[in-house]
Amino acid sequence: MADPILSLNGVSKSFGPIEVLHGVDFELRPGEIHALIGENGAGKSTTMKILGGYIDASDGDIRWQGAPVTFGSSDEAEARGIVMIHQEFNLAEHLGVDQNVFLGREIKRGWRLDHKAMRARTAELLAQLECPVDPSARVSGLSVPAKQMVEIAKALSRDLRVLIMDEPTAVLTERDCEILFRQIDRLRAQGVAILYTSHKLSEVKRICDRVTVLRDGAMVRSAPVSEITEDEMAAAMVGRELSDLYPAKAVPQDEVMLEVEGLSVPGLIETASLTLRRGEVLGIGGLVGAGRTELAEAIAGLRPRGGRVRLMGETLPAGQVKTAMERGLVYLTEDRKSAGLLLDKGLRENLTLPLLDRFGTVLIDRKAEEAALDKAIADFAIRAPERDMPVGNLSGGNQQKLLLAKTLLSDPQVILIDEPTRGIDIGTKQQIYTLISGLAAAGHAIIVISSEMPELIGLASRVLVMHAGRIVGGLEGDDVNEGAIVRLAMGLEETSEEAAA
Amino acid sequence: MTMATTQKSTGRPGRRIDLQVIGPILALIALLLIGMALNSNFLSYANITNVLARSAFIGIIAVGMTFVITAGGLDLSVGSMAAFVAGLMILVMNLLTESMGVTLPVILIGIAVALLAGLVAGVINGILITRVGIEAFIVTLGTMGIYRSLITWLADGGTLSLGFEMRELYRPVYYGGIAGVSWPIIAFVVVAVLGEIVMRHTAFGRHCAAIGSNEKVARYSSISVLKVRLATYVLLGLLVGFAVVMYVPRLGSASASTGLLWELEAIAAVIIGGTLLKGGFGRVWGTVVGVLILSLIGNILNLTDFVSPYLNGAIQGAVIILAVVLQRKGATER
Repeated sequence: MADPILSLNGVSKSFGPIEVLHGVDFELRPGEIHALIGENGAGKSTTMKILGGYIDASDGDIRWQGAPVTFGSSDEAEARGIVMIHQEFNLAEHLGVDQNVFLGREIKRGWRLDHKAMRARTAELLAQLECPVDPSARVSGLSVPAKQMVEIAKALSRDLRVLIMDEPTAVLTERDCEILFRQIDRLRAQGVAILYTSHKLSEVKRICDRVTVLRDGAMVRSAPVSEITEDEMAAAMVGRELSDLYPAKAVPQDEVMLEVEGLSVPGLIETASLTLRRGEVLGIGGLVGAGRTELAEAIAGLRPRGGRVRLMGETLPAGQVKTAMERGLVYLTEDRKSAGLLLDKGLRENLTLPLLDRFGTVLIDRKAEEAALDKAIADFAIRAPERDMPVGNLSGGNQQKLLLAKTLLSDPQVILIDEPTRGIDIGTKQQIYTLISGLAAAGHAIIVISSEMPELIGLASRVLVMHAGRIVGGLEGDDVNEGAIVRLAMGLEETSEEAAA
Repeated sequence: MTMATTQKSTGRPGRRIDLQVIGPILALIALLLIGMALNSNFLSYANITNVLARSAFIGIIAVGMTFVITAGGLDLSVGSMAAFVAGLMILVMNLLTESMGVTLPVILIGIAVALLAGLVAGVINGILITRVGIEAFIVTLGTMGIYRSLITWLADGGTLSLGFEMRELYRPVYYGGIAGVSWPIIAFVVVAVLGEIVMRHTAFGRHCAAIGSNEKVARYSSISVLKVRLATYVLLGLLVGFAVVMYVPRLGSASASTGLLWELEAIAAVIIGGTLLKGGFGRVWGTVVGVLILSLIGNILNLTDFVSPYLNGAIQGAVIILAVVLQRKGATER
């Protein structure tokens, strides 16, 4: 086995009086993929940021090829070939792909930029990554997976020794994941040391060589992947045995709560129709970009649309979010960081934002707000060190729970939930699944949009699949399985009657 | 804007905010101490009243500007708008004096005209920005030029003056007061207190901060972003009209140079007070402190002779830059 290229020895990290990382040992070796897993708030991000030179350790040492080292900044780490790919991409949206790849390290001829050389080199890197993106395209127009490939191309353009990936597959569909895995394999073969984090344990099992589990800032287990099962990983993360991840499904009642007829959004959705009954969890599957989010947003009044939407028998006007909420229909966004929560504001301000007129007549009733927050913290088991801390500093799982609390504050009857568990840990996932089926059992009607197939299969009693802006089929009961969903999602077959394009 | 939110935020917010809260107040106290040390007349009733009354116009406008900036907007037109509204008010009052004489109703109609004109000007800015969808900077740069040009044209390049008798009747609104406190000061205090309450304790204030912080989140939280944005410009226009009602009785005239650079002073006061220029967080009391800091600098320079009053602008400019530097340090500190 190769010697570690980068390692942490007994590293601790405190933010003020609170120690969040307690004496962690961690090693990255050339040609090895080392998974770092743990629940949200277990200290994965902090560990990664220390390795990437973004923050300093409070105690213990960082070793580079065996010798202690301190990184003054992420630039110093990058100079040694340590590159971190963040979950939120660090790309200049208005610049071209090639300009991003060489940002800050432009190739020059004399004092002028050598555009030709940069473009050619970028094209080469993208070809290596099987990424069919034009090097001169603007980043803002790219899809999420393509942006991720640009990030990887950027990392490859340097002398890459250590690659740190923060949940790279959280935003990818299954097909794009495969491409990513091939790239990761290739990098491993080239002798790059890779740190990989993911909440999807099957991925860890499949592509990683070694796994280290963090819980509450301490290392609880580290083993070769071949010697540990997925269940053992999950148990180590949570600190207890996980019972069945998905609760029993509620039985839908007869009453129709939501009726969508011939809904269209120009360029995005063609005549989509669906019905949703009381007590039902309806899943919507499909690839990223198939129009699932757009469909939900159009129903919730966040996008202009054509067609008819009837909520509990009454027609819902298009494009009016507030009316929809008042009538009892809400949408929970997939994008909690840029559309869900005000990251620089506290918990209370975020919770009550959609419903301020219910808290006081002219002046806001601060006490009622605090009481609502107390209730939300208790009901949704939100863990926050301080109530008035910026919610951007909360872990992903707690942000998601706060977003759920915020969205459900108006006590809606019909709830559209987009990617309910993106980027959150398995313990919180289970809580959210229990919550969703509890809501259905209590007589709410729920639509769950998800790119994770087990989630659709485990939660929904019926699944609609979208492809290229159309609902191409529905699956019910025993027909709901991964194979059937994938075939529909890829546009290979259609089950709906009005199948012609 | 979304890129900015991905920056690491590992520091503790508590201490930082504290420093930002005290910063402007410390600066104000320091200025008061300097003033007292340099000139014994500084704390005299006459001087303090004078400083406060003169800062009332900018102050009232700056309170409105705080809302606009907090909601992520900007208004460069307020100085020219004030001049134009003042000119319009004087024209109307002079015209009415011919038929109605020097009477109270003329003043009341004049006041109504000023408030209405301010309101309409605010609506125009707001509609162009929210409905037509043009950048606030461009829209208000345009209307700034338009109003400045209109007042110059109305005054035919010179000065529009209120009739002498009318001026005498209207004068007390600026020079009079209750219990030794003049009306402009009272008006400023009332506007500031109301503004602070609206900003901190009403849904409107909270919505402004939410929109400035992240417009998309606000929209997804079923806030009528366009309406709230529009309302901030209308409120500012109305307050410009109100400031003019206080301003006209002071000199009784308006010209092409009336309200020159008020917009910049108002924006500067808002920023010095700790409101973020990019929006998302605003505090009205900070703006009041900012207004006082700016006018005290001018006042101290006038009262002392070792720095020329002509350097007033330079020192104010330095203070503005310093305030923003301090703000930014707080925000990016690791």
